[in-house]
Amino acid sequence: MPPGDPINPEQDQSKVTKLLLVDDEEGYVSVLAKRLSKRNFQVKTALSGSEAIRILRNESFDLAVLDLKMEDMDGIEVLKIFKVMEPQMPVIILTGHGSETAAREGMEYGAFDYLVKPCDLSELVVRIRQACAKGV
Amino acid sequence: MMEKHYYTSLTRNMTLIVIVVSFTPLILIAGLIGYYFETSYREKVMQHLHELVEKHQQLINSFLDEKLSYIKVLADSYTYDELTDESFLQNKLVILQNAYSGVFVDLGVVNSAGVQISYAGSLKLLNADYSKAEWFREAIKRDYYLTDVFLGIRRTPHFIISVKKRRGDTEWLLRATIDFVAFNSLVEQIHIGETGSAFIVNSAGELQTRPATELAPNITSLLSRTSWARMGAAESAKPVASSIEEVKTSSSGSNAASGIIKSQNRNIIYILMPLKSGEWTLVYQQDQADAFSEINRARVIALAIFTFGCLAIVLVALFISQKVVGHIQKADLEKEMMNEQVIEAGKLASIGELAAGIAHEINNPVAIMVEEAGWMGDLLEEEELQESENVDEFRRSLKQISLQGVRCKEITHKLLSFARKTDPVHHQVQVNDTIEEILSICKERSKFSNIRVQTELDQYLPLISASPTELQQVFMNLINNAIDAIGSGGGLLEIRSRVDGDKVVVDIADTGYGISKNVMARIFDPFFTTKPVGKGTGLGLSICYGIIKKLGGNLTVDSSVGLGTTFHVNIPIHAETS
Repeated sequence: MPPGDPINPEQDQSKVTKLLLVDDEEGYVSVLAKRLSKRNFQVKTALSGSEAIRILRNESFDLAVLDLKMEDMDGIEVLKIFKVMEPQMPVIILTGHGSETAAREGMEYGAFDYLVKPCDLSELVVRIRQACAKGV
Repeated sequence: MMEKHYYTSLTRNMTLIVIVVSFTPLILIAGLIGYYFETSYREKVMQHLHELVEKHQQLINSFLDEKLSYIKVLADSYTYDELTDESFLQNKLVILQNAYSGVFVDLGVVNSAGVQISYAGSLKLLNADYSKAEWFREAIKRDYYLTDVFLGIRRTPHFIISVKKRRGDTEWLLRATIDFVAFNSLVEQIHIGETGSAFIVNSAGELQTRPATELAPNITSLLSRTSWARMGAAESAKPVASSIEEVKTSSSGSNAASGIIKSQNRNIIYILMPLKSGEWTLVYQQDQADAFSEINRARVIALAIFTFGCLAIVLVALFISQKVVGHIQKADLEKEMMNEQVIEAGKLASIGELAAGIAHEINNPVAIMVEEAGWMGDLLEEEELQESENVDEFRRSLKQISLQGVRCKEITHKLLSFARKTDPVHHQVQVNDTIEEILSICKERSKFSNIRVQTELDQYLPLISASPTELQQVFMNLINNAIDAIGSGGGLLEIRSRVDGDKVVVDIADTGYGISKNVMARIFDPFFTTKPVGKGTGLGLSICYGIIKKLGGNLTVDSSVGLGTTFHVNIPIHAETS
């Protein structure tokens, strides 16, 4: 098992981090949700930008993981809306390789960090923890 | 590639056009102007000759008239009695001889019976009887008369002037003998060019003066063509053997005839003018070639220039055409090569776009696969399968899947680097640092393969402006290739950095298996690889080449099969915008 990624039930039970995963690739987002759940995250998934916005209206999350390249809405647009709706919620954006410009743009619009797909899960978890620690 | 035939005909056409365009005005000018000039010149020459001959005609006529008038004056001024006084006549002769030396030979009075009753002169001609003489018979008929030239008693040529006077019922003549010599020189003087000369004939064609040059054959037969001498000439003329061509008859009032006699090997110009009211004819002749020598010379020169000019035009036309067509051929060839390159570039661009598209698309399924494998791994940790023998195998297998997924990522990463069009940001980079970074990354690999790594990095190497990640890519690629080339048997990897002029130069030398000549030619081609299937994509070196070229530098390689390979990277220190 790579370090930093313990399937460790000994977590702080009082604070379970709530994540919102937004990606239009269903196969990806479902297995990622499962793995993150195993790591004691509470995960909700959205398969489109509009679905994510709808969910965010009714619920709040500790962090969102957002894929920039989606079909129905431009990821950057979704990011901007997230920042309007929940300014305190950190967003980690996922970009395809070669889209450094998109990543940089995302950072300018307030993303906490970015990762290149396909990304290493442990990397992702580290970033999530960093983001939430900052928030706290 | 156009066939040879096309270029040959192009050369030929060009040559022909140049020749035609150059020759046409040349010929037209030479022809037209030459013709006009020649015609005009000939006219001028003839005109000039006419004037000359006319002048002499007038001179001679006035000489004759003058002498005649002296005698007339003499006859009118003095009476018969005075003139028949010998001493008086002698006196008058002396006066005349003093005034005009060498002209008047003697003076005499002849009565109507033909007897010279008074004489002054050196000959003993007193009482000479001229009644039978031709001249007397003519002279007594007219008021004045000039005879033809004839040989006298002393066998010297002279002629007689006589003036008739009345005295009551009878007539008497006052006559003078004019010496031929003085008169002859007048005509002899007419000497123009080499062959131009004149002489006088009477209407029967008999010479009155001594011609300076040989007479043209049958020239006296020309008298039949004149308006004044026709009669006499017709009687004595021989039939004209050679052709006679009349050029023109002048109409200047003095009446003249001129033309050209064509004899075997020379053409002769003649000009005839009447003298002594038509009784004599002044004949001028000159070789045509002589008269027109100027123009003949001019014509020869013009012809020479024309010929050489034409020759030069032809040669130059040929030469230039060939040169120009040679250039055209080369340009066509270059154009074709460039077209091919353009097509190639287009193809590459399409492939690039295709590759980029594929790379992007592959990322998603790969990501899912890797995550699923990871998920299986997660589950494996929990399950009671811990005791199962296959557990390790499961774990290994899942790890393999992840690894391969990572590899896919790297492959698409490379592919997308190659296809990318946007310029990454440049920073000031210290190349030595980049090299050291890469070496440390590859340390494990090189140690594992027993490769000794040696560096000689210039500590004063200047910074260059480049994208750090791109440079990393280049050196990563070259160093990895070197390690691969050496293989597991061990060897030496040497990296040198130095300054050469305005460039930073990095040499990466390995003692690997080397590169053969035919591989060398294609080594920077994209998708070209000598690695076995699955081991290399063939993109590495072409990407490196592209990156270095973009920086304004160059990537070259030397190699010997079996001994090793050295790659030379040079990058200009001060980047020009390329």
